[in-house]
Amino acid sequence: MAKITLDDLRHAYVPNPAGPDDYALKQLDVSFEDGGAYALLGPSGCGKTTLLNIISGLLAPSHGKVLFDGEDVTGLAPDQRHIAQVFQFPVVYDTMSVYDNLAFPLRNRGVAEADVDKKVREIAAMIDLEETLQNRASGLTADGKQKISLGRGLVRDDVNVIMFDEPLTVIDPHLKWQLRSKLKELHQRVKRTMIYVTHDQTEALTFADKVVVMNVGQVVQIGTPVELFETPSHEFVGHFIGSPGMNILDCEVRGGKAFFQGQEVEAANAGAVKVSDSGPLRLGVRPEFVSLADSGIEAEVVKVSDSGRYQIVETRVGDAPVKLLVNEGVEIPTGKTALSFRADRTRIYRDGWLVASGETR
Amino acid sequence: MNKLQNNKAWLFVLPVFALVAFNAIIPLMTVVNYSVQETFGNNEFFWAGVMWFEEILNSERFHASLGRQAIFTASILAIEMPLGVAIALTMPRKGPWVSVCLVLMALPLLIPWNVVGAMWNIFALPDIGFLGYTLNSLGIDFNFTRQPEDAWFTLILMDVWHWTSLVVLLAYAGLSSIPDAYYQAAKIDGAGSWAIFRYIQLPKLRRVLTIAFLLRFMDSFMIYTEPFVLTGGGPGNSTTLLSIDLVKIALGQFDLGPAAAMSLIYFLIILLLSWVFYTVMTRNEEQ
Amino acid sequence: MNANKAAGRVVPTLYIIFLLLPIYWLVNMSFKTTNEILGSFTLYPQEFTLDNYITIFTDPTWYMGYVNSIAYVTLNTAISVAVALPAAYAFSRYRFIGDKHLFFWLLTNRMAPPAVFALPFFQLYSAVGLFDTHIAVALAHTLFNIPLAVWILEGFMSGVPRELDETAYVDGHGFWSFFLKIFVPTIAAGIGVAAFFCFMFSWVELLLAKTLTAVDAKPIAATMTKTASSSGYELGLLAAAGTLTIIPGAFVIYFVRNYIAKGFALGRV
Repeated sequence: MAKITLDDLRHAYVPNPAGPDDYALKQLDVSFEDGGAYALLGPSGCGKTTLLNIISGLLAPSHGKVLFDGEDVTGLAPDQRHIAQVFQFPVVYDTMSVYDNLAFPLRNRGVAEADVDKKVREIAAMIDLEETLQNRASGLTADGKQKISLGRGLVRDDVNVIMFDEPLTVIDPHLKWQLRSKLKELHQRVKRTMIYVTHDQTEALTFADKVVVMNVGQVVQIGTPVELFETPSHEFVGHFIGSPGMNILDCEVRGGKAFFQGQEVEAANAGAVKVSDSGPLRLGVRPEFVSLADSGIEAEVVKVSDSGRYQIVETRVGDAPVKLLVNEGVEIPTGKTALSFRADRTRIYRDGWLVASGETR
Repeated sequence: MNKLQNNKAWLFVLPVFALVAFNAIIPLMTVVNYSVQETFGNNEFFWAGVMWFEEILNSERFHASLGRQAIFTASILAIEMPLGVAIALTMPRKGPWVSVCLVLMALPLLIPWNVVGAMWNIFALPDIGFLGYTLNSLGIDFNFTRQPEDAWFTLILMDVWHWTSLVVLLAYAGLSSIPDAYYQAAKIDGAGSWAIFRYIQLPKLRRVLTIAFLLRFMDSFMIYTEPFVLTGGGPGNSTTLLSIDLVKIALGQFDLGPAAAMSLIYFLIILLLSWVFYTVMTRNEEQ
Repeated sequence: MNANKAAGRVVPTLYIIFLLLPIYWLVNMSFKTTNEILGSFTLYPQEFTLDNYITIFTDPTWYMGYVNSIAYVTLNTAISVAVALPAAYAFSRYRFIGDKHLFFWLLTNRMAPPAVFALPFFQLYSAVGLFDTHIAVALAHTLFNIPLAVWILEGFMSGVPRELDETAYVDGHGFWSFFLKIFVPTIAAGIGVAAFFCFMFSWVELLLAKTLTAVDAKPIAATMTKTASSSGYELGLLAAAGTLTIIPGAFVIYFVRNYIAKGFALGRV
């Protein structure tokens, strides 16, 4: 077990990267604490699988270092790093039984057969494979195979980190939830560091204690699910996490006050905006923190749709669309109405990034 | 994939059926016809029953040819299969050399079979052939036209030269279709290269190797032209394989009855053995 | 790691050298005079000569051999692929009475030794008046090439999702319009591979080709054997003729080099 540190890490697949666009991973300085459950979340092609392969040692970074407990492992092969990985498509050794699959990593390392047997049975019980231990691994369903892949990581005591590369891709929808809770439960039992790569926010937010959000090769925010929700540090996080995503609205700041479509809005960090900085200013507020009011920002209701637990109300303020969530059963006015933004959850972003107010960052 | 039931699909198959039937059924009927008749020339035929079959099955000549054929096929399978897999394993997976390797390796497969025989004849001649001359100048008495062991050595070497590439290409295709994740998982599990071969590559190659084995078995069992041109079945009868013997009887001696009976026995042996091999090799998969 | 990498170069290299040596020897012989061939052992031609090639290109009994071979091989490839296409489509898309048996029966023909068929073919094609024609050899070779082409094409077609067919019908294509304009281009690679194998097996087969021809359609390979025995031991001429038979094959491989590996992988038992 170890703390994993990425030190000034960069990676380009092209041999001689010219500009930042050639890098699949731009500069990264990230630490994963020992025993944590992390998720790497981002859209397809954001570099999360690249990052995973660099940590596991399947890929050598073109720049920077990977440290396990302060020790440089950048040059080490995967088997020397003591890591385990569960791949997107299940990898099992077809000709072996489930038992032999689980025993494989131990036998390769010359562990005595008695210890192998003890460990395999212990882990099989943990991942509910006891019944099928003697079956051929190729006959199992996709979720069974993924459990074997995970089991091959769990049997080893020396594993520093277990990594998951979109492990639920080929699992039937009704089993996804089950397997995910199993994972969460296992993490609490074994307390190993786990890094879970996914593009699915539900998977990430339910599994991880801390989520690393990535976009176009860089980390945009690391935080607990609550932090990501309440204080997105980048417009991308606000937009990517949450359904519907955060309202992102062009605004102006004059004299420490924010104006949106000509109307004054209270924002938590309006006072921190420096006039001298350049870059477009935008206002971010989640639909959860917008409410109907008797007076405030003048708006017009455009459309109401029902998501089951609440109603999604689409309104228009001037020429900007603003969404808000309203509880079931509340009557929505038609035509003109007024909105209020919750001041402590309304923030100003410059050039995409949250304007620092000292308290939020 | 779920297929639709549609008997009109027969219309699509009809041309194939007609052509192959014309080529397979009529000649096969002719062969069956000859195999049960006796002729003394003049186009007069008499019912002979299973006489020819008994004669062939009891003849030492047939046993000897069949024995030589079995030794030949077993030897080339024992050499070409492992060698082909070994070469495929060491071939580069990516890069400009892959195409070059594949093209050069496929070359022997595209040479007319009698040219293969003629080429090896020239190559192995003890006085002017590269192989024969080199062996003799190393002090080895080598003459494939006189010594049966040398003839067998040349024959097997020629077949290895001619057909190992087929196994290489099939095995290579099988290897290229293994996803990277398998190798990555094996690396993480600490597997050595033997374990990777035994538990990942070999199981995944099973299907293509079954094809390779069957093709090599069938084709080597039917081989005619190359040994005929290389050794003519000699010296003596030492390299007379089944097809060479059959053609000698049918076209050389015009013994139509025995030749036809032998043809059918020959064909049935190949069918039966192919079926047995196929069943054995695919049985585990279905368990 | 380094040992593996070294093996990765050494083994294929040695194997390729082994493959090329006999071919080199053949080419080497083809540029030698008869005197040099019979007189001494030389690693390369001392008196370089093109006489053998000149003989082949000026004597019609020689060069017509090539024309004949190429004629029946091309015919065979065209026929095999053309009839195998709809059949493979039927096998890959539909279930019909006797489909499995038919498929198996087709494949058994791949197991029939040509030696068995030599004499009956001779009689059959003489009886229908096709003896010594290109079409006779082309048809005879379909015996083993059609099963192979059906097998390869079926493998490729099964890889094309049926949604493609259905979308085309929805778009208002008739069957043949869909088949020729959409489906055939989609599996072009498969057709290339099937054509390659038909070409290959028809080009290299000699027993049937020789049995079914006498003068007008005699293949080059047969001309070689006849000449070798009738006009003494003219090794140089033989070597030149042999060298020339390698060229069409090499040419064809070069065109399908990127599909060879794929073609093998997509077939199925």
